[in-house]
Amino acid sequence: MKQTLNWQIASVKDIKPETADVKSFTLTLPAWMRHRAGQHYDIRLTAEDGYQAQRSYSIASEPEREGEVDITVERINDGEVSTYLHDVLVPGDRIEARGPIGGYFVWEATMDDPLFLIAGGSGVVPLMSMIRHRAAAGAKNPTCLLYSSRNFEDIIYYNELEKLRSSNHGVQVFHTLTRSQPPDWKGYARRLDQEMLKEVAQPLGRSVQVFICGPTLLVEAAANALVKIGIRSDKIRTERFGPTGG
Amino acid sequence: MAEERFVSRGFLGKRRGGEKKDRIPPGQYLTDDFPVLSAGPTPRTPLDKWTFTIEGLVKEKVSWTWQEFLQLPMQKYVVDISCVTKWTHLDMKWEGVSLDTLLEHADLDRNAMFVTAFSDGGYTTNVPLTDVINGQSFIALKYDDKPLAPEHGGPARMVVPHLYFWKSAKWVRGIRLMEKDKPGFWESAGYHNHADPWKEQRYWND
Repeated sequence: MKQTLNWQIASVKDIKPETADVKSFTLTLPAWMRHRAGQHYDIRLTAEDGYQAQRSYSIASEPEREGEVDITVERINDGEVSTYLHDVLVPGDRIEARGPIGGYFVWEATMDDPLFLIAGGSGVVPLMSMIRHRAAAGAKNPTCLLYSSRNFEDIIYYNELEKLRSSNHGVQVFHTLTRSQPPDWKGYARRLDQEMLKEVAQPLGRSVQVFICGPTLLVEAAANALVKIGIRSDKIRTERFGPTGG
Repeated sequence: MAEERFVSRGFLGKRRGGEKKDRIPPGQYLTDDFPVLSAGPTPRTPLDKWTFTIEGLVKEKVSWTWQEFLQLPMQKYVVDISCVTKWTHLDMKWEGVSLDTLLEHADLDRNAMFVTAFSDGGYTTNVPLTDVINGQSFIALKYDDKPLAPEHGGPARMVVPHLYFWKSAKWVRGIRLMEKDKPGFWESAGYHNHADPWKEQRYWND
């Protein structure tokens, strides 16, 4: 049965800063529907005169949380919707949303292949939903996140990822910082490349299921490199965003 | 349905587009970028292995090699493109072979009503035949006077400018003519079967 996705009026329950440019918004949804990790919501803004703007934002929260979702949004300087969300929206405000949307870039805890998640910048958001879903569902499949950020301060969900990494849940987290690194940095310090992907992917074996989300160049580089090291194309799912968005 | 009069507190909007705003479909915003969106790795078929095929409800299958395809008459197109991810890019400059030109080489069965475009990497998308003939679509080999880049669907992309951009199959390798409609990749994953941006046909049942 095909479902209809109607616009609904969500209320903003909470706003949490993640980094200088990134905030998470908890939306309470009157017609909440369980999502699949990796899906997104459309957000629509309407001005007094009827002018409207829409954007899509990935869901960050796990599907197990009922009645609400978190979306994590990067503020695009020249943006239209992200600037509104960051600069105007306060808890208690109402906002139009519809979703969940998307049927391919999704991971279910029942897919028990080893999981390799590759993120660039705010591309980590839908992958975080997968990681949180995995934890909530108690899945045991070996899972690895390779996450590229510019600077240490730009890493989204750093503390939560650290906690997961140290809690023996079978999640490995590798960071790479491409622009600057703190003095005692032990992670990678370069753009994603074939050697890095090989190092990180090898222990996961050949049946690994890969999700890549980030800027086009990173996704292209990572997907091409993975194909080269022998991972099947149909085990690699990608979601890309360019410099536009907003 | 959400109430019609909902207003977002304090939202003014950027209203980009000026006098071109009538060319921007509802819910879309204007960009000069060319964002890349694909579901998987970019496939790379060597040009000496590349073919373009018309199959299905045709008397005889027709196929072109890359070299043969290059001999077909090319046309220039300047078209507005809208992606379901909300961006609209006006006046995109393409060059390619009209689908009408290709179909002249095929003897179509009178029951042929629908087209499935198929691509390297297994991608498919479906369109009614009436949406791709009469100058409405083309197989693009060039964008902005340069060979079409792989991440944008090169070497060849089927472009159907009046529908959301996922209907413009990247890495296209042929079309299959069919009597009955068959949902393609995104059409099976929650996205609208027809995808007219002016009717905002984004998702199922829109």
